[in-house]
Amino acid sequence: MSAEKQIWVWADYRNYFQSRVTLQILARATELARKNDAVVCAVVFGDRVDEYVTEYIAHGAQKVYVTDDPFLKTYNVESYAFLLSALVRRFQPETLLVGATRFGQEIAPRVARQLNTGLTADCIDLDMDDKDRLVQIAPSFGGNLVAKIITPKARPQMATIRPGTFQELPHDDDATGEVISVALPDNMPAPRVRCLKSELQPVHARKIETADIVITGGRGMGSKGKFKKLFDLAELLNAEVGATRPVVYANWVSHDSLVGQAGKHIRPKVLFSFGISGAIQHTAALADARFIVAVNKNPNATMMKLADVALVADANQVCTGIIRAVKERIRD
Amino acid sequence: MLHIIVCIKQVPMVSELPWDAKTGTLKRETAQGMMDPSSRRALEAALQIKADPASGPVRITVVSMGPPMAKEVLYEARALGADQGVLLTDSCMAGADTCMTAMILGAFIRNHCPDAGLILCGSMSSDSETAQVGPQLAEELDIPAIGYARRLELGCRCIRVARHVDDFMELMEMDLPGLVTIDHAAESDRYAPRYVTLGGVEAAFNTGGIQVMDGRALGLEKEFNALKASPTKIMEVYSPLTQKEGRVLTGAVKKMVDTLFDDYGKIISSAMGKDLKTHDHEEDL
Ligand SMILES: Cc1cc2nc3c(=O)[nH]c(=O)nc-3n(C[C@H](O)[C@H](O)[C@H](O)COP(=O)(O)OP(=O)(O)OC[C@H]3O[C@@H](n4cnc5c(N)ncnc54)[C@H](O)[C@@H]3O)c2cc1C
Ligand SMILES: Nc1ncnc2c1ncn2[C@@H]1O[C@H](COP(=O)(O)O)[C@@H](O)[C@H]1O
Repeated sequence: MSAEKQIWVWADYRNYFQSRVTLQILARATELARKNDAVVCAVVFGDRVDEYVTEYIAHGAQKVYVTDDPFLKTYNVESYAFLLSALVRRFQPETLLVGATRFGQEIAPRVARQLNTGLTADCIDLDMDDKDRLVQIAPSFGGNLVAKIITPKARPQMATIRPGTFQELPHDDDATGEVISVALPDNMPAPRVRCLKSELQPVHARKIETADIVITGGRGMGSKGKFKKLFDLAELLNAEVGATRPVVYANWVSHDSLVGQAGKHIRPKVLFSFGISGAIQHTAALADARFIVAVNKNPNATMMKLADVALVADANQVCTGIIRAVKERIRD
Repeated sequence: MLHIIVCIKQVPMVSELPWDAKTGTLKRETAQGMMDPSSRRALEAALQIKADPASGPVRITVVSMGPPMAKEVLYEARALGADQGVLLTDSCMAGADTCMTAMILGAFIRNHCPDAGLILCGSMSSDSETAQVGPQLAEELDIPAIGYARRLELGCRCIRVARHVDDFMELMEMDLPGLVTIDHAAESDRYAPRYVTLGGVEAAFNTGGIQVMDGRALGLEKEFNALKASPTKIMEVYSPLTQKEGRVLTGAVKKMVDTLFDDYGKIISSAMGKDLKTHDHEEDL
């Protein structure tokens, strides 16, 4: 049992270049650790993972627990969950954070169950209070409220965090960290699920997460046909189009346009928001939008209160109006 | 015979509620229960297996833990083709977190469906989106599980699952009994859900056949209390709104749009990387 307090970050590197979530969580863990003198640790499983270990140290991990074994070559949620639970029992970290990739969303609840502890899914923020309790901040039912959740007794305190919620620290080549190798336990169960094939898909170049201008549309656009107009505007402005969940559910646009807690985080210089009420699950992903123009018939909609410029009007008419204005004003 | 258990959650229709066109607010008073869309996909997957002659005889049991009102989604599932519906309801189950939900569903399957071959869940429910109940139920029952299935293929006492996780296309296989969660994303349209006509649900209501079980019938301990057993506690609920001192424009659309570009055109044009005519420019000239 370790006397020092530790914050563990489970390292998900499988799709390293697309998903920087482990680095993002390490950055937040570093801030939390300052509050109660805890040590930030990454936990890495796999086969020949040295380069990742180095990378996590360069991004804030003070210690790295590593189990490096050919048996761990393929991501297998059963084996990984068993191993992670075993390590937690042995080293007793106070806190265990997991990135909400799909794999992370499978392993975290299993580990929580095996350790009989709680797990808050999809936190939009984390804090450490003066009693060393991890404050897990997550949207609560309905959409306009946020709950602060704690795990009073059970340990570790567990949370998952969506990619994009925090920003990673810059790579620091001079950073040093302690590497602790842990051998694969003798009692590892034989995997019951066989992976017959696993192919990395080429990622389609949708750049909504990094676009300088994003145009989001909500249910207030009225219909699939009218929603299409946003794409005309996007082309003019060199922008990407995002949507809220009801819009995605209604199939006006595909699921990968979803902006929000369950979808993409965006950080545009300018955001145009059309016909969106501003539920927390949506606005949680907008914190880094620098300049917001919102259009809504209802001046009291939450989205209008978050805007730098709020236009009280019909979303379709304004969209058409902006298209016309840009065409008139553009100088090539 | 293959016995499939489908776990179905009833969720409030909140996020898909109609809004009041005049006030622009949601009509919360019309909130009703509906079948969680991802549970509906799981049911669809079960119905397709049953309809396939290659599967041999199949029996589908749908189970839900929730308040008495959750019976509605079970009737609907019956109308869609499920053979049996079971509602797990008891005041001691109120406030169950995902772990407790998995424990309760697990107690039902272990104690009352010893012949269960395949257990299907949605990958993620629409009201809580925790995506935890499926994996935790697999832990509870100590059976293998595969998440986020887009296509199922039944073999001889085993199942193959095609799935899409974190940009990987994967083909997985496991022996039965096992648990599969069905991908909730709209793109996986193989299990795009079907709906029943109102008449169909009414007919199912009349055939009855929803079994109701409380904690005792399930074999839960007498002192069981889901809310107390939950390891997490809510400390505080608050509104996160950080308002900006934004500028509100009203009036004719053309005027508003002109004001937008006259006063803020520079911000927009620099983000676009193209020049726009604005007031400031006019003054410059
Ligand atoms: C667990 C969970 C996770 C979720 N995750 C996400 C997520 O990741 N992303 C997300 O977006 N949502 C998410 N949601 C849903 C979220 O709670 C809201 O329901 C959703 O964001 C609302 O979308 P909306 O603003 O388009 O629709 P509504 O809330 O219906 O708002 C429509 C708005 O349009 C306005 N309007 C109507 N007509 C016009 C018009 N003619 N012109 C201008 N304005 C008009 C109305 O005044 C209203 O403000 C989640 C919900 C849950 C429960
Ligand atoms: N109360 C419940 N009763 C039956 N099934 C449930 C219940 N809660 C969750 N599930 C199942 O677990 C899936 C994932 O739910 P969740 O973990 O809430 O995202 C759902 O799609 C259901 O199949």
